[in-house]
Amino acid sequence: MALLTFREALGQAMDEEMARDPDIFLMGEEVAQYDGAYKVSKGLLQKYGPRRVIDAPISEGGFAGLGIGAAMVGLKPIIEMMTWNFGIQALDQIINHAAKMHYMSGGQFSVPIVFRGPNGAAHMLGAQHSQSLEAVLTHIPGLKVVSVSTPADGKGLLKAAIRDPNPVIFLESEMMYGMKGEVPESADFLIPLGVGDRKREGTHVTVIAWGRVVHKALAACEQLAAEGIEVDLIDPRTLVPLDEALIFESVRKTHRVVIVEESWPFASVGSQLADRIQSVCFDDLDAPVERVCQEPVPVPYAEHLEERALPSVERILHTVKKVCYRTE
Amino acid sequence: MAQNFPPEQLVAFYKEMLFYRRFEERVNIAYTNQKFSGFCHLHIGQEAVCVGVQAALTAEDYVIAGYRSHTLAIAKGIPSREVFAELFGKVTGCSRGKGGSMHMFSKAHRFLGGHGIVGGQAPLAVGSGFAAWYRGEPHVTVCYLGDAAMNQGQVFEAMNMAATWKLPVLFLIENNRYGMGTDIRRTTSIDRLSKRALAFDMAHSEVDGMDVLQVYPHVKGILDKMRKEPAPYLLEVLTYRYKGHSVSDPGTYRTKEEVLTYQQQDPLLQLAAVLKKKKLATEQELEAWDEIVKAQVKEDERFADESPLSDLSEVWQHVWVEE
Repeated sequence: MALLTFREALGQAMDEEMARDPDIFLMGEEVAQYDGAYKVSKGLLQKYGPRRVIDAPISEGGFAGLGIGAAMVGLKPIIEMMTWNFGIQALDQIINHAAKMHYMSGGQFSVPIVFRGPNGAAHMLGAQHSQSLEAVLTHIPGLKVVSVSTPADGKGLLKAAIRDPNPVIFLESEMMYGMKGEVPESADFLIPLGVGDRKREGTHVTVIAWGRVVHKALAACEQLAAEGIEVDLIDPRTLVPLDEALIFESVRKTHRVVIVEESWPFASVGSQLADRIQSVCFDDLDAPVERVCQEPVPVPYAEHLEERALPSVERILHTVKKVCYRTE
Repeated sequence: MAQNFPPEQLVAFYKEMLFYRRFEERVNIAYTNQKFSGFCHLHIGQEAVCVGVQAALTAEDYVIAGYRSHTLAIAKGIPSREVFAELFGKVTGCSRGKGGSMHMFSKAHRFLGGHGIVGGQAPLAVGSGFAAWYRGEPHVTVCYLGDAAMNQGQVFEAMNMAATWKLPVLFLIENNRYGMGTDIRRTTSIDRLSKRALAFDMAHSEVDGMDVLQVYPHVKGILDKMRKEPAPYLLEVLTYRYKGHSVSDPGTYRTKEEVLTYQQQDPLLQLAAVLKKKKLATEQELEAWDEIVKAQVKEDERFADESPLSDLSEVWQHVWVEE
């Protein structure tokens, strides 16, 4: 184990995989000479040279498509989006091309590619730089979607994503790049896609969260434990494919569920989870499934407004108590 | 011009163009007879383009195209009956009946697909060119685009990257003058689409797409140079489609006189005149070839007709690559 920041863990994952497979290249805005807008690719240009670590023009649709075309003929691109907000420019390529190529070609062409970058709000970046877009991406058959919350998960899942023969969307967070955690040092450390993780064990209520809000949920768990409520905190880590077995097992144990997500409530990953839980675990539930989401508004700039719009520890606390019928 | 070509090549060009003409006519009849449904974009009138381009390609080269690509797929090597079967949604189709008219694919023949989002194939083509550069391979990628694709932002992005990194991609505009029902002059600020290359300091030219004897040497010259010195190229091929945008389009946005003007320069008529003048074929021989080709495309349709439908389990197959 080594104590690494999130950005170091992700950089190490790319480094190890690029050393292993010469078909892997990294392309994106500022990934080479600038060492990455968030320094995730630090040192990779020096180590692998300008053929494999390439600064792209500000043409997200263009270089996403370049990656897809290169993947169709056998390369394994890692395409960095400086943020998924810019990745919206590439959605035509990701949705219309990457997600469908294998299917439309009757299984002939595959697109082994990773699109990675930060998702969700950071701090006072305004509405165009603060969106959580996992609902858009998980909606599309043919895309695997990963959303990580710890440096170790980041490393193990990014390595698995790079090795996956399908297009994988890899969601990171600006606010977590500096976060430190213990990370296994072995180059063989992989976390398979589709395997969730229990971030905290409890028996009273299941909380499901992924990405950055896992840490808000953890903070809420601490306070709830002091009040005698033990939370079973499930981090699916991969949204597609989803570890439903882990979620259902937890629900059958606690009988109460709160879903915490940074994105908007309408037609979201959380609403999908709520649907699956009511459908499969109806008889196990002692309370309606509740959700803590971002308010259905563009993310405001001012600090106090932004804080109010995003899911907060307070709202998680309140909602967990509600499903436990412990509200005043 | 024609004197530079070996007789057998002139004959081969004619027979290939004739095949594509009769193939698409047969497809048109099948569609009209409701043998299949969906969209169906025919290449009739533009045969000299795919024949001239294909003659300049090797098996290692890649081709990617838009949605008007039945004949382009066949030219790259996909058996014509598999294209017909794909139209009929049969499991014997080149995309197992899961692509359809706009999505012919063949990994074996390096045909990277027909694509249905106008201009969306341009970045993919650059990716294929990038892979050749990355691996130091000598082959080129031909990216067919329609005239209307030249107003799509991602085509500009693609050309900029190809030009910046000197990737071996031929952007080939089949300018048939209409983006669906809209005359390109009504939506585009410049008269010649090849001028767009100036913005990227990219080599460019135009060629008469109704004459295969101009298309072939022109494209071959471009690709020979590209193989030695990788760099993208923008070629505007001036052509015309005789049929509507799709089979269901009556074409009310253009005059009969305009269509007739182009039909007088028909690629088949032009080459037939050359063959007769050089005494490579008599009128009777041309008619005999026509009968043979008509029988071949009927046979393709019969194969499509008699092929089995896929099992319903196919609905769920190929969403994911299984490891």
